[in-house]
Amino acid sequence: MADKQERLAKWRAQLEKALERFPERKKSFTTSSGIELKTVYTDLDLPPAVDDFPLPGEFPYTRGVQRNMYRGRLWTMRQYAGFATAEESNERYKYLLSQGQTGLSVAFDLPTQIGLDSDHPLADGEVGKVGVAIDSLADMEVLFKDIPLDKVSTSMTINAPAMVLLAMYLVVAEKQGVDWASLKGTIQNDILKEYVARGTYIFPPEPSLKIITDIFAFCAENVPNWNTISISGYHIREAGATAVQEIAYTLANAICYVESAIKAGLNVDDFAPRLSFFFNAHSNFFEEIAKFRAARKLWAEIMRHRFGAQNPKSMLLRFHTQTGGSTLTAQQPDNNIVRVALQALSAVLGGTQSLHTNSRDEALALPSEESVRIALRTQQIIAHETGVADVVDPLGGSYYVESLTAEIEKRVKEELAKIDAMGGAVAAINSGYIQRQIQDSAYQFQMAVETKEQIIVGVNQFTVEEETQPDLLRVDPSVQAAQIRRLQELKSRRDSAKVRQALDAVAAAAREGANLFPPVLDAVRSYATLGEICGVLREVYGEYQAKDLI
Amino acid sequence: MVPIRVLVAKPGLDGHDRGAKVVARALRDAGMEVIYTGLRQSPEQIVRAAIQEDVDMVGLSCLSGAHNSLFPKVVQLLKEAGAEDIQVFGGGVIPESDIPGLLEAGVRAVFTPGTPLEEIVNFVRESVKKGDA
Repeated sequence: MADKQERLAKWRAQLEKALERFPERKKSFTTSSGIELKTVYTDLDLPPAVDDFPLPGEFPYTRGVQRNMYRGRLWTMRQYAGFATAEESNERYKYLLSQGQTGLSVAFDLPTQIGLDSDHPLADGEVGKVGVAIDSLADMEVLFKDIPLDKVSTSMTINAPAMVLLAMYLVVAEKQGVDWASLKGTIQNDILKEYVARGTYIFPPEPSLKIITDIFAFCAENVPNWNTISISGYHIREAGATAVQEIAYTLANAICYVESAIKAGLNVDDFAPRLSFFFNAHSNFFEEIAKFRAARKLWAEIMRHRFGAQNPKSMLLRFHTQTGGSTLTAQQPDNNIVRVALQALSAVLGGTQSLHTNSRDEALALPSEESVRIALRTQQIIAHETGVADVVDPLGGSYYVESLTAEIEKRVKEELAKIDAMGGAVAAINSGYIQRQIQDSAYQFQMAVETKEQIIVGVNQFTVEEETQPDLLRVDPSVQAAQIRRLQELKSRRDSAKVRQALDAVAAAAREGANLFPPVLDAVRSYATLGEICGVLREVYGEYQAKDLI
Repeated sequence: MVPIRVLVAKPGLDGHDRGAKVVARALRDAGMEVIYTGLRQSPEQIVRAAIQEDVDMVGLSCLSGAHNSLFPKVVQLLKEAGAEDIQVFGGGVIPESDIPGLLEAGVRAVFTPGTPLEEIVNFVRESVKKGDA
């Protein structure tokens, strides 16, 4: 050891001498989280945890949640898609499945995401734009027509009204004759990050957390293989957070969900195995890999030590990854294919369970079919041609990656301690602390781009005269009128007395604090609309008012 | 000198406010008074706020694809309220081919991803100067 330190000191002295004549490209080299990097890492930098001979599939799971990872089964290739009408989205899903995609990921339009029907005044111009418009069970039946729900796994990006959309999915399964126990999939259902980063909230935090724990309780009993929440750092990162902040705020939110469920009387090992996570993969390659490894270790320790989980499955941080949307450039869009490939590679080297690769044209519009295919092919090339999936945690033991993993872990713990001291995630959100931290990072990043401290190829360097943009996908503006017509037809043919009764039952359960899931299922079966169901809940719970700070 | 006043607004339902907030902060750092509306503002609410706050310009940010209906609506409502001296500019994920239509509808400028902040700051300064002359 002393010998190594001596050699290293000598080596450094020689380097410094050379640097006097040949200075380096930058004064200091840092990651996105401001971690300053050494010139080289050696075994002197290995954290003590490495001495414990960590293996994949064993606590604390730094090296992976399974023993053999992708040697058994590759990650799920899951492209987020959905636009316009249920019919068109249904066709896109069938196309993606025919191209070898192994899971569906449903994008809903914004009115659906905030619990408004397509004929609401605020929905004007938004219907079918960023995803599919779902007003009632009737639309959901069309969305999954001829897709056997016991054969696919379905992820739904839905938060505030997640219970209603999951109820619709369950009723479609019922009608297909599929047992709920065989359903596989995920609802995002992560309201806390909506307040800090994504914006599709409806109700205030307290009733929102109640709805979430109702879902945990109902699914633990009735839909045992469903991932009841996907606790998301993705949007926190997109909003400007650093890698460390992404993990810290996601875990702070996760801690809040677990505490809420325990407070509601649930046993931690009954619901924790169904918690899943969703992270971003940005471009600082090794920091991203280290981030995923650190997140697994942190979560395993939180579940075991803080919440006393006994079941190893409660300690596994299983996660979906999407490549970084905000890293895509509108300039020279084909360069995005390369960015996505590298980001996707970091997610695979970091041990992701499923992956969405962005399409090259997403800084311009919704992706075209050709672009989506290239994005999916990128994953297939990583999986089948590079060999990176053949060995578990191939970077484990790397002086640099292990040291970076430990450093990220340390910094996340410091941030979590701060949030604990504030009284937890909800308090930190209510005070605006988390929002401000994210905004500060976003602004600093933009400043680094403006000063060219951070080069973005094709944007602030290596620019060209841009050619006209390639064919962009557009949503036909007639979609809105057609969707509204369909909604009106539905309302005229359903049994309105039954709908009224079902909605009253939802309101009553909300007032009494009973589990909302059973009455919401009944309301969905009666073809009550999403807007109607969320409407009665708005009356009971009120709406969240954001405090906006700049 | 009276500082320039700008309302930064998010019409429509999308929650992507990173761009809006970064632009708002850059304008503020450039010495302007900036009011940010927060998410989910209807064109009517935006126009009301612009008039109440007596701003020189309104900056709109939209990433949901609803810009073609929302941006012109704000311009039109300002005109109807007799406040056409308040100029409107916009930004977000907006296809190049939509920009001529937006300009024709009275939006003064549209800034797409990758625009340097300095360009936006200068645009606001120049536009307000011209408006005063």
